[in-house]
Amino acid sequence: MTSIDTPDRRLDGNALAGPLLELFTIDLSAAMATCVHCDGTAPLGEQQLYADAPALVLRCRDCTGVLLRYSADSHSTGIATVRADLSGLRLLVAHVPAAGASR
Amino acid sequence: MSTTTRGFSGRRRQRTDGRLPPGQYDVGDAFPVLSAGPTPRVDLGTWDLTVQGQVDHVARWTWEDFTALPHEDITVDLHCVTAWSKFDTRWRGVSLDTLLEGISPGGSFVSAFCDGGYTTNLPLADLTGGRAWAVDGYGGAPLEPVHGGPVRLLVPHLYLWKSAKWLRGIAVTEHDEPGFWERFGYHGYGDPWREQRYAGG
Repeated sequence: MTSIDTPDRRLDGNALAGPLLELFTIDLSAAMATCVHCDGTAPLGEQQLYADAPALVLRCRDCTGVLLRYSADSHSTGIATVRADLSGLRLLVAHVPAAGASR
Repeated sequence: MSTTTRGFSGRRRQRTDGRLPPGQYDVGDAFPVLSAGPTPRVDLGTWDLTVQGQVDHVARWTWEDFTALPHEDITVDLHCVTAWSKFDTRWRGVSLDTLLEGISPGGSFVSAFCDGGYTTNLPLADLTGGRAWAVDGYGGAPLEPVHGGPVRLLVPHLYLWKSAKWLRGIAVTEHDEPGFWERFGYHGYGDPWREQRYAGG
C-alpha cells in the first residue's frame, strides 16, 4: 500500500519511552525491535508512533505493520488499566545491567 | 472543515438536551482526526468496494459504479470512544440497504475491511434499516482522505471506531470476528449510550 505522507500525524518511537515505563523498568528506546510482518529490525525509538488514536500505535518504519499497541486508562479509584499488545514484535533485544555485576 | 490534532484542545462543552451520551463532551466545530496509521493513497482507477464472505455471490462496485448508486444526505451525531461527540454532522453516501440488496447472507455478522489493513466487526442487522451508509461526501464536499475518503463506513449509533475509514468492503461472517480495536480489548458492539468502550467493562 502506498500512503499519503502525513508527517504531522506521526511521531518517532522515542515518544513511547515514557508511557512504556508504566509497565517496564527500563527505557526501551534503544532496544532492537524486530517486526513480525517483515523481519525489519531497528531501535524501538526509530519506529513510527501514531499517538492520535484510541491507543498508542507503534508501526514498523520499513513496512508500516503494527509492532505494538499500548494504552493506560486512569480510573477515579486511582488505579490505571494498562493494555499492551506486543504481537507485532517478533523479537525485542535490550541491553541491561547484569544481575550482580560490579560497577 | 477544521481539524484538531494531538491534545484535542478546546473547551469541553456539555449539553443539556439529552443528546450527549454518558462520559462524552461536545467538541463543537472541531473535527478531531484519529489515525492509527498512515493515510492510504487511493487510486480511484483501481478502487473497488465489495460485499463478500459468506454470501451467495460477491457484489463489486468500481468507483464509477459507486458514484452512480443512489445517494442520500444524512445528518447525524458522532460519538468517539475517546470521549468527544460532534453534533449535526452532514454526510452524503449510499445506504448499506442498497449495497446489501439482493445478497443472501450466510452469517449474522460482518467484518468491514479497509485500505491500510483496518478491520472492525458488527452485527449484520446493524447495517440495515437505514442505520448505516458508505459515505463519500462530508459538509458538501468530497470526503477528505484524513477523514476516511474516498469512502468510509458511517454507523452513527455505535462508537466511531465502527465507522471504518478507507472502506474497501464488507465480509459477511458466520461468527463475530474481532477487528483491529476489538482484539485490543474494545467492546464487540460499542453502544455509546451504554458506554460500551471495553469488553467486559
